[in-house]
Amino acid sequence: MASITVSTPARGSRFKMLAQRLEVRMLALALIIGLCLSLLSPYFLTQSNIFNMLDQSVVIGIVAVGMTFVILTGGIDLSVGSVAGLTGIILGLSLQQMPIVPAIAVAVLAGGGIGLVSGLLINVFGLAAFVVTLGMMAIGRSLAYILSGQTAISNIPDAMQNIVYTNILGIPSNVLFLIVLYIVAWAYLTYTKGGRTIYAVGSNKEAARAAGLNTLFYSVLPYVLSGALSAVAVTFSISQLLSADPLMGNSMELDAIAAVVIGGASLYGGRGSMIGTLIGVFIMVMIRNGLNLMGVSPFWQGSAIGTIIIVALLVERLVSSRASR
Amino acid sequence: MTDVAANASPLLSLRGIGKNYGPVVAVRDVDLDIHTGEVVAICGDNGAGKSSLIKVMSGAEEPTSGTMQMRGKDVHFASPHDALEHGVATIYQDLALAPRLSIAQNVFMGSELTRPFVLPFLRLLDKAKMIEESRRYLSKLSVAIQDMTRPVERLSGGQRQAVAISRALRWNADIIIMDEPTAALGVKETALVLDLIRTLKAGGHTVILISHNMRDVVALADRVVIMGAGRKFVDRPIDGLTADDLTHLIMSGNARAA
Repeated sequence: MASITVSTPARGSRFKMLAQRLEVRMLALALIIGLCLSLLSPYFLTQSNIFNMLDQSVVIGIVAVGMTFVILTGGIDLSVGSVAGLTGIILGLSLQQMPIVPAIAVAVLAGGGIGLVSGLLINVFGLAAFVVTLGMMAIGRSLAYILSGQTAISNIPDAMQNIVYTNILGIPSNVLFLIVLYIVAWAYLTYTKGGRTIYAVGSNKEAARAAGLNTLFYSVLPYVLSGALSAVAVTFSISQLLSADPLMGNSMELDAIAAVVIGGASLYGGRGSMIGTLIGVFIMVMIRNGLNLMGVSPFWQGSAIGTIIIVALLVERLVSSRASR
Repeated sequence: MTDVAANASPLLSLRGIGKNYGPVVAVRDVDLDIHTGEVVAICGDNGAGKSSLIKVMSGAEEPTSGTMQMRGKDVHFASPHDALEHGVATIYQDLALAPRLSIAQNVFMGSELTRPFVLPFLRLLDKAKMIEESRRYLSKLSVAIQDMTRPVERLSGGQRQAVAISRALRWNADIIIMDEPTAALGVKETALVLDLIRTLKAGGHTVILISHNMRDVVALADRVVIMGAGRKFVDRPIDGLTADDLTHLIMSGNARAA
């Protein structure tokens, strides 16, 4: 009887096995970028700048968690930036009426509700995720302006600052929240049936349905999470600025999608990881921070970041096709 | 018409099965008994009704008329998953695997093993056990793949069939329906898949094979069912039939249907 044999990698090819893991390659890329920036700017590797970068990672990092879930199912959420803007205004207005905790709950529920509507439109009515969330993006920003009266809400209670400026075990609370969020999301995706189902839905929805998995629930859930986490992210922004602006979260979807894709997720779904996304977030934040430290004009930064993202993905594509050969 | 006399009670039994798609009658009044451990080939030209019949048996479509019994009990398959739970697994032409997931993830898709973690209600995936079990299923099929974390998209066509069959074994399927298992494969891979089916038969599994390749049918099947214009018009043991005989039977069925 014939047998099908696939040779296992021999000893000594452990390096190749590691190199086959996209997260490892992206971590190497992050370290190279960090090394270059530390050579270009003496301030880059200072303790205060590292904390500064961690702080800058919080908002984009939180949004990127929801985006990872959405992209893993083969979807996309372009509305995260304007959902952050709208829920920020909702939080600002709620804070005028009620204590902090219920106000945040209202904002997060509103974000989750918007995600639920998008998720149902996409998965029950079969509309394209790109178009639905593009529509939600326009609606969200428009409502943010209308509800705010086109102006920032600045009478935010000072106690909101405790959300970001409390240190726990020497770690700022917002950074700690980010760490815990990534650990929970990573554990969920890696070690639970629900996480497996999200990967299965993104890899072959029909197969997942035939295997008896609840594909509708796990296709909608990521959009709900994405909306809710956009509200959580903007809560941290507002706590730092003590102001809610209808423009908040502008073009945040680009940074979040870029971080997820740099982190190795496939826009076709079924491939990606929280570790990869976290590295992607750090790469994005490091590049922005480095360009600021070097005094690069903000007008040039967009070009620089866009070019670095495209080149990084191009190099990754070339390396991965060689590694899998 | 020749019929095989049933000497034991059938595992799966179809009576008067019909399937209409609007005004189009795809399957009409089919009776079919499948016995434990046999390999039954269902043949027929395009549009003969074999795919529609398979869809009814696999739970993908509900019959317009007729009844099905599994081990003498009436069954009604509302979905492929329902059929799977009753012990009927179908491996479609496109295999219904998730290409970017690993072998082990595919074998256990929808039936993942878990173990308790810290709290009794908190259950996490038991990856090590799933990898070990997947390897066991594949070695049962004489397929030696070491790395169970390899994504299915990086396997050959024959290896993918083996993963799909392992999944059916994982569900303890009594009946494995294979839809054109060698259609997209080269000569070498085809030989591997034929071996997989022989291994299944040797292990006492029941296989329903849909194939256009008469040489495969003659090589593997115990019994052949030939359909034409939605009807079953041949149901007999393969004994003594050649691939040419089968082709001739299918053509004569077409002539009768015309």
